[in-house]
Amino acid sequence: MLQINNLSATVADKPILKGLSLSINAGEIHAIMGPNGAGKSTLAYTLGGRPGYEVTGGSVTFTPPTRHPREGGDPSPAVGNTQGQELGSRFRGNDESVLGIDLLTLAPHERAAAGLFLGFQYPVEIPGVSFVQFLREAANAQRTARGEPPLSGAEFLKLAREKAGLLKMDMDMLKRPVNVGFSGGEKKRAEMVQMGILDPSFAVLDETDSGLDIDALRIVGEGINAIMRKPDKAVLLITHYQRLLDYVKPDFVHVLAGGRIVKSGGAELALQLEEEGYEAVAA
Amino acid sequence: MTVAALPTRKDEAFRYADLDALAGVWPVAREEILVPSGQSTSLSVVEDSEGAVARHLVIELEAGASFDLRILNCGAAFGRIAVDAQLGEGASFTLGAAQLGSGVQVLEIVTEVSHLAPNAVSRQTIRSVLAGQATGTYLGKVAVARGALGTDSEQSVRAMLLSRTATANAKPELEIYADDVKCAHGCAVGELDAQGLFYLESRGLPPELAKQLMLQAFIAEAFSGAADEERLQALALARLGELV
Repeated sequence: MLQINNLSATVADKPILKGLSLSINAGEIHAIMGPNGAGKSTLAYTLGGRPGYEVTGGSVTFTPPTRHPREGGDPSPAVGNTQGQELGSRFRGNDESVLGIDLLTLAPHERAAAGLFLGFQYPVEIPGVSFVQFLREAANAQRTARGEPPLSGAEFLKLAREKAGLLKMDMDMLKRPVNVGFSGGEKKRAEMVQMGILDPSFAVLDETDSGLDIDALRIVGEGINAIMRKPDKAVLLITHYQRLLDYVKPDFVHVLAGGRIVKSGGAELALQLEEEGYEAVAA
Repeated sequence: MTVAALPTRKDEAFRYADLDALAGVWPVAREEILVPSGQSTSLSVVEDSEGAVARHLVIELEAGASFDLRILNCGAAFGRIAVDAQLGEGASFTLGAAQLGSGVQVLEIVTEVSHLAPNAVSRQTIRSVLAGQATGTYLGKVAVARGALGTDSEQSVRAMLLSRTATANAKPELEIYADDVKCAHGCAVGELDAQGLFYLESRGLPPELAKQLMLQAFIAEAFSGAADEERLQALALARLGELV
């Protein structure tokens, strides 16, 4: 689903990613662990297309599965051949999408519409804009880009209520301004509610476990499983700790150090890292 | 009545005005509004016509009167709205204004709020969004007369520049001749938060829509609580759509 090939990227002219390669198939959950400054967040932001993260080499090919509109609470009938939509043809189950999309050529909002979700390590506060308003606009902007009909207010609220319930988040919190006054844990849960509503094919979750207490960690872990543990979806979990991986069992664990993957293994690698530290394992 | 001479740059209240445009509409008639004792009135001014517009509202609030003024200043090549408010004892004056400019528009709101007697309250909220080479100005003087004890005044002035070539001028000014008064003022000129924009875009909002949403939130406070808040917000939103 996601093919990262020899990716290099700089931030403020400083090379951070130095030839990173990673292949993630549909149905898989990959965890990336690594010491501070290894380039984990840079990888997440580069995949998301954040301004200031300059790709200097390599490629990222994203091959989202053909979308099944019935999934994810979509009330609309199966997508027909909508012609003339801005990005429509790139997301159909046609030859083009089988070949994959050059992710790096897309603007951030186009990547989202293609099915990418970026869970932020530090979700941004946006005073004056409510979650409900912003998420409905975002969901409908994605749907329009894919040539799908927009959700009505009632359809959206039903979907939002369902996903908020999944993360044990009070629906009233989604009526508040985006992340304003939320605790660290609430912000991370709100990220997962957003993921549930937007229903991506591929999620990059940047330290979604940081700032969570034990109960919240379990709720977020179960949320990730419920939303993303599906044959046609995949996840890249960026984390410092083994804890989250107790709830979200990774199929593969990679160690990122010095801007590239230095070691890959199964779930047991995370345990070994926890036991022995990065230096010993990645050496 | 003699016609006043056209102001020059040396007039502080016209320092940033487009004097050539002003000449076309000079002299500016005073529009006098009296709010009798104990009564409440509101007024929404929407300036979205083309060409040059200059208005001068003179509002007198008798004891215990209240006046709620909202201004959307967004259309004209030159749009100037001057407001003088004189507050009697215990009177309450609210001004919420948004100035939305692009191109080479020059928009200005010039206020002089005089607390003439004790315990009057004034609240001014000014939000400017400026694109292109537009200029947005707020000159706001609050005068507290001798003996106007218990005066409570606030000015909140914020401007958002969407391009490096836009200009915002802001001058909150206090002239206080009484003790025991509360006069707060805050002023900030900034740009859209890049992190916030990326956050919204990463969820699928195209850049224009993300900007529009953030700007809508930015100006919302100016119209919050207005009798025709929805209408004003909708008009402002439409104009913001053209700015981003």
